[in-house]
Amino acid sequence: MLKHDSKLNPKIFDKNVELGSVRQGFGLGIVRAGEIDKNVVALCADLTESLQLDKFKAKFPNRFIEVGVAEQNLVTIASGMARAGKIPFIGSYAVFSPGRNWEQIRTTVCYNNLPVKIIGSHAGVTVGPDGGSHQALEDIALMRVLPRMVVISPCDALEAYKATIAAAKTADPTYIRLARDKTPIISTESTPFDIGKAQVVYESDITSNIHNTRKSSLEMNGPKHKFDVGIIATGPSVYRALMVARKLDRELKRVKVLNVSTIKPLDEHAVLSIAHDSRSLVTVEDHQISGGLGSVIAEFLSHNFPTHIEYIGIRDQFGQSGTPEELVEHYRIGENDIYDAAHRVMLRK
Amino acid sequence: MSLTQDKIHLLEKKATAIRRSVVDMLIEAKSGHLAGALGMADIFTYLYFYGLKHDPKNPKWKYRDRLVLSNGHICPVLYASMAHSGYFPVAELKTLRKFDSRLQGHPHRDFLPMLETSSGPLGSGLSQTIGMALADRIDSGKSSGREFYCLMSDGELDEGNSWEAIMLAAREKIQNLTVIIDRNNIQIDGYTEEIMPLNPLVDKWRSFNWHVQEINGHDFREIDRAVTEARSVFGRPSVIIAHTIPSKGIPSFEKKFEWHGKPPMTAAEIKTARNVE
Repeated sequence: MLKHDSKLNPKIFDKNVELGSVRQGFGLGIVRAGEIDKNVVALCADLTESLQLDKFKAKFPNRFIEVGVAEQNLVTIASGMARAGKIPFIGSYAVFSPGRNWEQIRTTVCYNNLPVKIIGSHAGVTVGPDGGSHQALEDIALMRVLPRMVVISPCDALEAYKATIAAAKTADPTYIRLARDKTPIISTESTPFDIGKAQVVYESDITSNIHNTRKSSLEMNGPKHKFDVGIIATGPSVYRALMVARKLDRELKRVKVLNVSTIKPLDEHAVLSIAHDSRSLVTVEDHQISGGLGSVIAEFLSHNFPTHIEYIGIRDQFGQSGTPEELVEHYRIGENDIYDAAHRVMLRK
Repeated sequence: MSLTQDKIHLLEKKATAIRRSVVDMLIEAKSGHLAGALGMADIFTYLYFYGLKHDPKNPKWKYRDRLVLSNGHICPVLYASMAHSGYFPVAELKTLRKFDSRLQGHPHRDFLPMLETSSGPLGSGLSQTIGMALADRIDSGKSSGREFYCLMSDGELDEGNSWEAIMLAAREKIQNLTVIIDRNNIQIDGYTEEIMPLNPLVDKWRSFNWHVQEINGHDFREIDRAVTEARSVFGRPSVIIAHTIPSKGIPSFEKKFEWHGKPPMTAAEIKTARNVE
């Protein structure tokens, strides 16, 4: 069942679950952040409407800077503004920023230790028809290796809204990764969000009668753990993880799902907890497994609490054109793939 | 107020002292970039001892002019100018490029927070200076009284990021921005006009809608006249293309690109370099 404390969208499992744009969540979030703090400024590289920065531009015209198609300039101008006391948000597609301007981010933002907030849209194969050139699958890897950089991957529009407002309040260089398409609304306005905190979004009800009578063969033969499997997901992939969790739950498997919305710094306590409770994990992301969430979890647990892991994510490939649904299936990051991985990893226990 | 002859004599003496410090620093460090640092010593001397509105005892002074060194590899001349003008003890210059020194091989604000930026990788200093000027304009309007200086090399004009910045500054008509280009015609691999021709450089900047001046970068009167004119330009950013002699002050090293990225190493080279004027 949905984790009660997380106050998630009660209609999440409805067929007609409400969809929302994470980009719009960001667009509304930066307007709010701009109202809260007059030092918040925005810069864009010829993608103002696409990044949903038009509302900020209309409301704060003298705090918006268009740099043209020039992502290296985008971040270095922002760095100078941050040095002079501003909190700049820079918006582009993730392939270009932080893709094209990585060294400038490294030197003028992280090395300089300045609060530039990098918003990378069009992340993941779910970008769809634009094709592989525009589907950023490496951005988490690029950003998480940079000292001081905070990396956030919101699961839906509301989390993107909250993440934007929260990022404006910190002095850290920050990357926020956004999907292109509208995605299911997982959270509500009341769902807590803190940078650096992962959130348990689903837990099988192990106290109920039905769960007390659960006797899976795994449980009979293997050591007793609180959960049969844990799923760790990030970004809009959290929705697919939830769908699979419910399906497993109906098979009387005990499941726990963790939404890692902050990739860095990792909520180590939450990851240790899900690993300890389940002893078998599936990571889920719309990004290269290498360098992405899968790597993050493996690196941390291999040292602290070695755990069986199956990885759902992109496997050293580029994307291509198609509908998001077709691509999710083709690149094997869909619900069936997560479900199969969960069964595989339970058998490895 | 224009420069008096007496002041020029003082600046010339200072520039020689700074060049000597640069040579001593590189010999001590056994690595570093000599030619550009020596070639820009006169311009740094002019700025730190005459042109710049700053307070070495109060580096965070709110109303200071901002000076950004984009080509961070010539930082020995930046550090020497800062030390000689009172930001920190001259004796500290000997720590250049050594472990735990505030004077990193390329400028780093973590170690020396009084720097405006960390730099080294080329082509991004101008954008950062523009960002500072734009933030200043948001806060204070068009007449904040602060001047923004960006010192760049000619070689780093190979970088696309430089031209992105040049276009944006012109569109924004940042009139309190002055770029000084160290036009010494050398880069690591050779002479700029052979590696990647920049000429006609004046025409390039002019066609990007900047106010352009060309000067002898070793003549204090010309430097002063150009900086003063740049400050008075209305509605456009300014660039001063300063023709300089790489390794200025060591005649047998002058104008040789081979001295771009190395210090005097042999006993003979060290002896020659110590006589820098």
